Amino acid sequence: MGERDSLLFCWQSITRYRFRSAMILLAIGFGVAAVVVLTALGEGARRYVLQEFAFLGKDVLVMFPGRNETTGGLPPVTGAAARDITLADVAVLGRRVSGLQQSAPLVLGSAAVSFQQRSREVIVLGTSAAFVTVRKLKLARGRNLQLEDIERASVECLIGQTLERELLQGEAALGALLRVADYRCRVVGVLQGRGDAFGMDLGDSLILSVAAAQRLFNTAGLFRVIMQVREGYDPEQVKQQVIDVITALHQGENDVTVVSPDALLSTFDDILTAMTLGVGAIGGISLLVAGILIMNITVISVGQRTEEIGLLKALGADDRLIRKLFVLEAVLLSVCGAVLGSLAGLLLLLLGRQLLPQVDFAVPLWALFGAGGVAVGCGFLFSWVPATRASKLLPLNALQRR
Amino acid sequence: MIELVELNKTFMLGEQSVHALDQINLRIDAGEYLSVMGPSGSGKSTLLNMLGLLDRPDSGRYLLNGLETTALDETERARKRSEMIGFVFQAYHLVARLSARENIELPLMLSGVPGAERRRRSKQVMERLGIADRGHHLPRQLSGGQRQRVALARAIIRHPLLLLADEPTGNLDSQSGAEVVTLIEELNRDGITLLVVTHDLALGQRAARQLKMVDGRIVEDRCRQPAVPESAHG
Repeated sequence: MGERDSLLFCWQSITRYRFRSAMILLAIGFGVAAVVVLTALGEGARRYVLQEFAFLGKDVLVMFPGRNETTGGLPPVTGAAARDITLADVAVLGRRVSGLQQSAPLVLGSAAVSFQQRSREVIVLGTSAAFVTVRKLKLARGRNLQLEDIERASVECLIGQTLERELLQGEAALGALLRVADYRCRVVGVLQGRGDAFGMDLGDSLILSVAAAQRLFNTAGLFRVIMQVREGYDPEQVKQQVIDVITALHQGENDVTVVSPDALLSTFDDILTAMTLGVGAIGGISLLVAGILIMNITVISVGQRTEEIGLLKALGADDRLIRKLFVLEAVLLSVCGAVLGSLAGLLLLLLGRQLLPQVDFAVPLWALFGAGGVAVGCGFLFSWVPATRASKLLPLNALQRR
Repeated sequence: MIELVELNKTFMLGEQSVHALDQINLRIDAGEYLSVMGPSGSGKSTLLNMLGLLDRPDSGRYLLNGLETTALDETERARKRSEMIGFVFQAYHLVARLSARENIELPLMLSGVPGAERRRRSKQVMERLGIADRGHHLPRQLSGGQRQRVALARAIIRHPLLLLADEPTGNLDSQSGAEVVTLIEELNRDGITLLVVTHDLALGQRAARQLKMVDGRIVEDRCRQPAVPESAHG
């Protein structure tokens, strides 16, 4: 029997036993769609998280005091406090490390901010003008901080949009005088959007000069220093230089940690890729179930078509041809099911993108082709046994259904 | 053309073994018209299946055109069936999902004849059997007589040497039965070897050579008396 005729024969069987074919298509379609959607969710989550961290950029280093060292026994809970990183350290870094474009020192705390009668407890960030540029924050209105001397407190401050809405309640924000604990400051700009960072909502925060924040919280040490690496420099080399300079400044003791987001990102990337693989495997189980359904339906189909098998044999079909026809039919159905399932999955994702535009749902190619491959493989494997059984039927017995 | 030598076949029916074919010896020449009659369970259907290579004997020899068929494997037997033997069954055995034309072309399709050639030959044979206008109908849309003609068309489309008919009129009313019989006898006159298995005495007695089977043995093998007056014998 020619290949085209074999396909035609199977196609006729598929299209003229509609209900049976529809059931298999549904099962395989669901399986493939499940793999497509689940892996796309995993991939979407991965991209979402990576994007959340992407604000840091590949050219940003974060330095904080203290250093993780594995030594014997439990680490001291307090006491062995690392030496503070000071503004003077930051100034020295800026002079000595040529690979640094700019650095934003960071002091963090929370304080009550009040305007007229209203008061609100918010996160207060003390930093420099570089913070806004390094973090790629946008201002909805007004301008960035302008600090002539980083060591001197300024009265200027920036506020987030949530704080503006809650505290000022419609009154002009720019130029408004706020009280932060006992200090006064004047709003010069309003941040746009939320701009999450380190799990903080910058929308509900107040940003003022680092010196003012140090006075406010009565601390000389810095919480973080965010540094931007100059273009053309290798972040890893710059990181080493920073550590060397700080070590020299701190009497030969390396007591800071410098993190490049690349390292952080690759960890997250690994975790989330594993998660995507995991949910993909869950989808794969549904494909396996579809495969078993194919086997069942092929068995039933062989039972129902015993007479036909006997007839085909009487008309001169040999064992191999009978097996080929049944396997081909299952494979053809699986291919159709895989295509339909992929389309359905992609359609669902399109819908998902409409509903949740911030998450970038995307099917990894390996999942799309993997699901299709597994579906067709299932069709082939699970139809092989019943098809072989069908091919072994004696023509006479098959015709008389004995 | 056909030679059976001491052919045996035993079935197990529950606990009991049934000797369906018991030491059968039979020669059939090309172009003969035979009928096989006998009570139920006499082994006549088994004989037909044996001749059609649908069943294997337990012992004995079956030579088809000088070829020892008991030595063939299933694939070779399938090929011989498709080349040399046509079947007509009481229950028609048409594939329900295929149209009449597709059913008729099925043997050609299985042996790899191209589509255009298939269409030409099916058209020819459908015209000959008077079902040319039924090509697009599904079996369930056809009458019994038409279905049996479709089955007959399918049986002869490869020009077999041997046509085996198992109760070909069993499911038909007398008129369409007579039409089908006329058709297969016409085919026999054109040279095809015809073997009809039947309960129907009237049908069986039309054959030139009539076999009678009882309990797996051929108990009678006679040629029909030529239709000449009794007085001519003297």
